[in-house]
Amino acid sequence: MELKEKLISSFMAFENKVDVEAPVHEERIAAIKNFEDKGFPNKKQEAWKYTSLNNVLKHDYSVFPKEETALEYREVKKYFIHDIDSYKIVFIDGAYSSHLSQTTHDGIDVCLMSAALTKPKYRILIENYFNKVAEKDESLTSLNTAFSKEGAYIHIGRGKVVEKPIQIIHFATGKESSLLLQPRNLIVVDENSHVQVIERHQSLTENPILTNCVTEIFANKRAIIDYYKIQNDVQTASLVDNTYISQKRDSHVSVHTFSFGGNMTRNNLNFYHKDERIMSTLKGITLIGDKQHVDHYTLVHHAQPNCESHQEYKGVYADRSTGVFNGKILVEKEAQKTDAFQQNNNILLDDRATINTKPQLEIFADDVKCSHGCTIGQLDGDALFYLKTRGIPEKEAKGLLTYAFANNVLESVKIPQVKSRINRLIANKLGINIGFDL
Amino acid sequence: MNKYTEQDLEKDLENKEYEYGFYTDIESDTLPVGLNEDIVRAISAKKNEPEWMTEWRLEAFRIWKGMEEPEWANVMYEKPDFQAISYYSAPNSKPKYDSLDEVDPELLETFNRLGISLDEQKKLAGVAMDVVVDSVSVATTFKETLAEKGIIFMSISEAIQEHPELVKNHIGTVVPQRDNFYAALNSAVFSDGSFCYIPKGVRCPMELSTYFRINQAGTGQFERTLVIADKGSYVSYLEGCTAPSRDENQLHAAVVELIALDDAEIKYSTVQNWFPGDKEGNGGVFNFVTKRGLCETNAKISWTQVETGSAVTWKYPSCVLKGDNSVGEFYSIAVTNNYQQADTGTKMVHLGKNTKSTIISKGISAGRSQNSYRGLVQVSSRAENARNFSQCDSLLMGNQCGAHTFPYIETKNKSAQIEHEATTSKIGEDQIFYCNQRGIDAEKAIALIVNGFSKEVLNKLPMEFAVEAQKLLEISLEGSVG
Repeated sequence: MELKEKLISSFMAFENKVDVEAPVHEERIAAIKNFEDKGFPNKKQEAWKYTSLNNVLKHDYSVFPKEETALEYREVKKYFIHDIDSYKIVFIDGAYSSHLSQTTHDGIDVCLMSAALTKPKYRILIENYFNKVAEKDESLTSLNTAFSKEGAYIHIGRGKVVEKPIQIIHFATGKESSLLLQPRNLIVVDENSHVQVIERHQSLTENPILTNCVTEIFANKRAIIDYYKIQNDVQTASLVDNTYISQKRDSHVSVHTFSFGGNMTRNNLNFYHKDERIMSTLKGITLIGDKQHVDHYTLVHHAQPNCESHQEYKGVYADRSTGVFNGKILVEKEAQKTDAFQQNNNILLDDRATINTKPQLEIFADDVKCSHGCTIGQLDGDALFYLKTRGIPEKEAKGLLTYAFANNVLESVKIPQVKSRINRLIANKLGINIGFDL
Repeated sequence: MNKYTEQDLEKDLENKEYEYGFYTDIESDTLPVGLNEDIVRAISAKKNEPEWMTEWRLEAFRIWKGMEEPEWANVMYEKPDFQAISYYSAPNSKPKYDSLDEVDPELLETFNRLGISLDEQKKLAGVAMDVVVDSVSVATTFKETLAEKGIIFMSISEAIQEHPELVKNHIGTVVPQRDNFYAALNSAVFSDGSFCYIPKGVRCPMELSTYFRINQAGTGQFERTLVIADKGSYVSYLEGCTAPSRDENQLHAAVVELIALDDAEIKYSTVQNWFPGDKEGNGGVFNFVTKRGLCETNAKISWTQVETGSAVTWKYPSCVLKGDNSVGEFYSIAVTNNYQQADTGTKMVHLGKNTKSTIISKGISAGRSQNSYRGLVQVSSRAENARNFSQCDSLLMGNQCGAHTFPYIETKNKSAQIEHEATTSKIGEDQIFYCNQRGIDAEKAIALIVNGFSKEVLNKLPMEFAVEAQKLLEISLEGSVG
C-alpha cells in the first residue's frame, strides 16, 4: 500500500485515540483533507525542485509505534547538552518519557502538547495559537496537523526570563522496522520574556526513520527567543522540519540550524512579521558528506515597516552530498525601511558533490535596503600552502580553514556550551584533532 | 579596410543610383485564422520552401500540439487564443501615411528626442518616402561591402532557397523544436527573419545593426534569426530599434540561434521598444522570445539588451558554453513602467573546461510594473575551473511596483567559482537633493541617476545606440517621479 493511502486510512484509527469533540479536531479533519488532495510534494513543484522524497517515502513506515521503550539516561547522555542545567522534554518513539524529562509549571509552562490539547486550562491558548501560523496549504504540514497529538508545549508568561535553556529531544529506538514520527511543538512567549531552546532529533537505530516535525513559535511584544537546531542524526534517519514563527512588535527571534547528519534533511523555516521594528536572525552551518542531502528552504515575510532580517548560511559539501539553499525574502509594499540581508556561502570539497542555490528576492516596497549574496568556491590554495609551510598537515590545515569559513555563524550563539558542542561536532565531522579545542 | 563611416555613407548615397534591394515585395495576402497542419503547409508553400523545411515545420507543429503553455514565469496576462491568430500575412507594401503631418505627434516628438533623422522617421512611422534617399539603396551598398568579404546576410527565407545546406545543418541545433512552447510554435510558423554567416577568419567590417535598422520592414510576429560565425570570425549584430514600434500584432514569439564555432566571437545587442500598452495597462505587445547561443572552443558570445517596451516580456538570452575556454556574457537593462511586466534573465550552462560567464542585470521598475530577474548558472561535473560572476541590481521608483530576483545556481564541480550578488534600492532623496542644489530639476536628476545605475550595461552597446538607449531610458521613465 502506498504510504499516502496508509496514512489516510490510519487517520480513522487515530480518531479513536483522541477527543473528536475538541475544537482542534476540526483542524485535523481539514488538514487530512488537504493532504489527501495534495499528496506528498514532488520535484515538479518549485519548492521541491531540488529535493526528492521518493527514496525516503519508499519504506513502509509504521505510523503508531506498538510498544513503549524505556531508555537509561547514561545510554543517551551524550545527545544532551549535559554540562548545563536545563529543562528537558524528551520523547521516545513519539511518546513522552517522564523518566528522562524535567518539566515545570512554576510560573512558566514547559510541558506536553498532549496535555495542552486536552486540559481545559490551556484551552484559550490553544484556541488562540494552535495551527494559527503554520501554512495550511502545505501538504506535509497538513499531514502533521492531522496527526498532531504529542510534542513540546512551552508557554512563557509576561516578563519572565527563563534562567536555563529548554532542551527538546526526540529519540527513535527502532523497535519497529521503520517508523514515521510527527511531533508537534508549540512555543508561546509573552511580552518582555526571554527563552532559549535547543532541539534535537536522534535515531538510535539503523532502521529507517522519517520525522515530519512542525513547530509553531509566537513571539509577542519585545520577546526574545533563541532557538538552536542540532541535526546530527544517523544516516538512516530523514527529517522534514517545518518551523513557523510569528513575531510581534520589537521582538527578536533567532534560529540557528546546524546540519551535520541524517540521510535527507529538509528545513522549512518561515518568519512572518506581524508588526513593526522586528528583528529576525537565521543562521546555519551545513557540513555533510557521503550521500547526504540537506535542503534549507527559508522565507522571511516582511509585511510591516522598519523591520530587519539577517540570514547567513554556510555550507561545506564532501563526497557525493547534495546541498540546497532556497532563501526567499518577501517585502510587501507597506514594509518600507526594511533592512534585509541574505548570504549563502558554499564550499565543494569533492567533484561529485552538488550545490543548488536559489537566493530569491521579491520586493514591492521602494524604500528598502535588500541585498543578497551567494558564492560557491573552494578552500584558498594560498592559505592552505601557508599552513602547510608551517608544519600543519594537509588534513588539519583543511580542517582549520573549513572551521574558519563556518566560524562567524557561531559568533551569535549565546550559550557557550552549545558553541563548544558544535565546535566538537565540526572537528569530529572533519575528522581532525588539532590539539586545542576548536 | 577602413571603417565605414557616416561620411562614406553620405558620399555613397550621392553617387549611387537607385537600385532595388533584395527585398521582394509580395502583395499583402493573409491566411485564414487558426492553426493546423494545412496552415503550416500553406505557409511553407507560400515561401516556396523545399520539402525538408516543410517537414521540419510540421514536426515542430506536432510537438507544439502536445505542449502546454508555460505558467512558471512571474507575469500575469490573459493568454492569447492561438486559434484566433492569422499566422501568415505578407508585408504590406502600401505606406500608411502620405506625409509626416499625418503621423501621431506624440510619436514624432519621441523620434525627435531620440535624435532620429527625418528620413528614418518617415521610414519607421510608415510614411511614403522620396525615392532618392530610400534606404533600400543604402542597404545595397552595404550588401556589396559584405559580399566582398564573403559574408552572407539575407532574410532566412532567401537563405533557405540560396544556401539550403547551411540552414539545414544549423537550424534547430541550438534551440530545438521541442525546446519550449513558444519555440515550437515559432518553428512551425515562422514568417521570416535574418540569416547571417561569417566565413572563417573574417571580421565583419561593420555593425550589422546599421544595415538592419534601415532594412527592417515588417519582420512579423514569428521571427527566426540564425547567426553562424565560422572559426575565428567576429560579428556584431544589433537587433531592434530604439524608436517606438506601434505593432498591431499582440503576440511576438521570436527565436534567435547563435552559433560561434572555434575562436569565433558574436556580439548580439538588442534594443526592444515594442508598444507597452497605455497608462492604464490596456493593449501592448506580449514578447515571448527564445534566444540561445552555442560556444565552441575558445568562442565568445555576448548578449546585451535594453528592454523598455512590451506589456509582457519573457526572455532569457542564454549561452551554452560547450567548448573549453569559451566565454558567455549577458548585460541587460530592463525598464518597466505603468503596468508592464518583465520576467527576463539568462542561462549560462558551463559544459567545457575553463569556461567563464558574466551576468550584469539592471532592473528598473516604476509605476505599477513588475520586474523579475530569473537566471540559471549551471556547472556540469566535467566543467573544471568554471567561473561565474553575477550581479543583479534593482532600482524601485514608487511603492506600487515590484522587483524580484530568482537566481538558480546549480554546481556539480568543486573547482567552480561562483559569485552572485543582488541589491535592491531606490533613488536616494539625498542624491536628488544634491542635484537640485546644483540647479538640476528632479526629472533630469532621475535621468542622471538612472544612467549612472545602468552605465555598466550601456557601455557595452555599440556607440550610436548607447546614446539613443540613454535617451530612451529617460523617456520610458518620464512621469514616474511623484
